[in-house]
Amino acid sequence: MHELSIATAIVERATELARRHDAAGVEAVRVRVGEMSGVVPDALRFSFEVAREGTVVEAARLVVEEVPARARCAACEKEFAVGTPPFLWCPHCDSPTTRLLSGRELEITVIELAEATA
Amino acid sequence: MCRVIDVRQAVLARNDALAGALRKELASRRTTVVNLLSSPGSGKTALLERVLAALVERGVPVAALTADLATENDARRLARSGAPVKQVLTGGLCHLEAAQLRGHLRGWLPADTRVLFVENVGNLVCPAAYDLGETLRVTLMSVTEGEDKPLKYPMAFGLAHLVVLTKNDIADAVDFDRPAFTGNVVRVNPGVGIVPTSARTGAGVDGLVERILAVAEGAAVHRPVMAGRVREGRLLQDAPDDVPAGQR
Ligand SMILES: Nc1nc2c(ncn2[C@@H]2O[C@H](COP(=O)(O)OP(=O)(O)OP(=O)(O)O)[C@@H](O)[C@H]2O)c(=O)[nH]1
Ligand SMILES: [Mg+2]
Ligand SMILES: [Zn+2]
Repeated sequence: MHELSIATAIVERATELARRHDAAGVEAVRVRVGEMSGVVPDALRFSFEVAREGTVVEAARLVVEEVPARARCAACEKEFAVGTPPFLWCPHCDSPTTRLLSGRELEITVIELAEATA
Repeated sequence: MCRVIDVRQAVLARNDALAGALRKELASRRTTVVNLLSSPGSGKTALLERVLAALVERGVPVAALTADLATENDARRLARSGAPVKQVLTGGLCHLEAAQLRGHLRGWLPADTRVLFVENVGNLVCPAAYDLGETLRVTLMSVTEGEDKPLKYPMAFGLAHLVVLTKNDIADAVDFDRPAFTGNVVRVNPGVGIVPTSARTGAGVDGLVERILAVAEGAAVHRPVMAGRVREGRLLQDAPDDVPAGQR
């Protein structure tokens, strides 16, 4: 399952950061998931629960911010929602889209670390 | 008490960076990578057998690496072309990653290779997310799979530099709706080229070979809209080697 590989990559990155910052654990991982990222948020949440087991991320929440896919038409300069499945042609003038504004995000934005008990 | 660390990094940043480095390294040796993506059984190996044979006959140094969950069947088939072939067994992993590919190339890939074909694991979901350092990403679909697949797997088709329609010899037998297919491909990837082929009859193979050779000689590659990088002024910390636009 695709989301499991992605969740594993998120857990690995969070583990590295926790170690680098000498944290006792990770409280939350915030991610942005674009509508056109190929990742289904619910499947990612589920996979995260599996991937975090037995790691320093074990107790962390995964906070998913979903980003809608939007594009701008180069011909008429109007912005529009791309939708799912994506439609990359302008709904106003039927020109092919040349510029995507958002929707391909698949990124870790913030990690909240628990302070090490001194 | 907790500390908030601003990360702002693509989840697959490490793979993207490794792929970018691999692309650069191979380009300096004049090797072009072609990444073949499709669902299981679309005819990747059958078509590649034809393409390898044609390139070997023209005296172009080519090589192929094929990834499967299990069995060495594909490598055996491809090796008949006479080109160097390597089978990678992913042991259950549903896609190839750049680090794996780099490891497998080390000590194996002949230095004079002009085109390296990578037959990815048969799967239209996961492989689409992983850049392997390819210059040409080809997504294949056979006429038996249904015209709606580009909409069900928009990343695989939307990020393709070239789409290949396989098994055209049986298109009529399965009532393949070509205009519907083309419409769906172009909906997710405006401007992408579609090459119909048949490994059975050899139709379309020469045209495909010409396109691949042109790319190896530096011809411009289609830029999928979906591959445009979205930046929004964000920092890409810890990403040592930014991936050029057009490569996801
Ligand atoms: N009629 C017809 N059959 C084909 C053609 N190409 C492949 N096939 C058949 O389709 C089946 C699958 O072909 P493969 O080349 O093994 O497909 P693949 O994509 O490499 O499969 P995996 O590596 O397992 O994902 C085989 O039975 C082939 O003989 C073609 O052009 N025409
Ligand atoms: Mg195969
Ligand atoms: Zn428009």
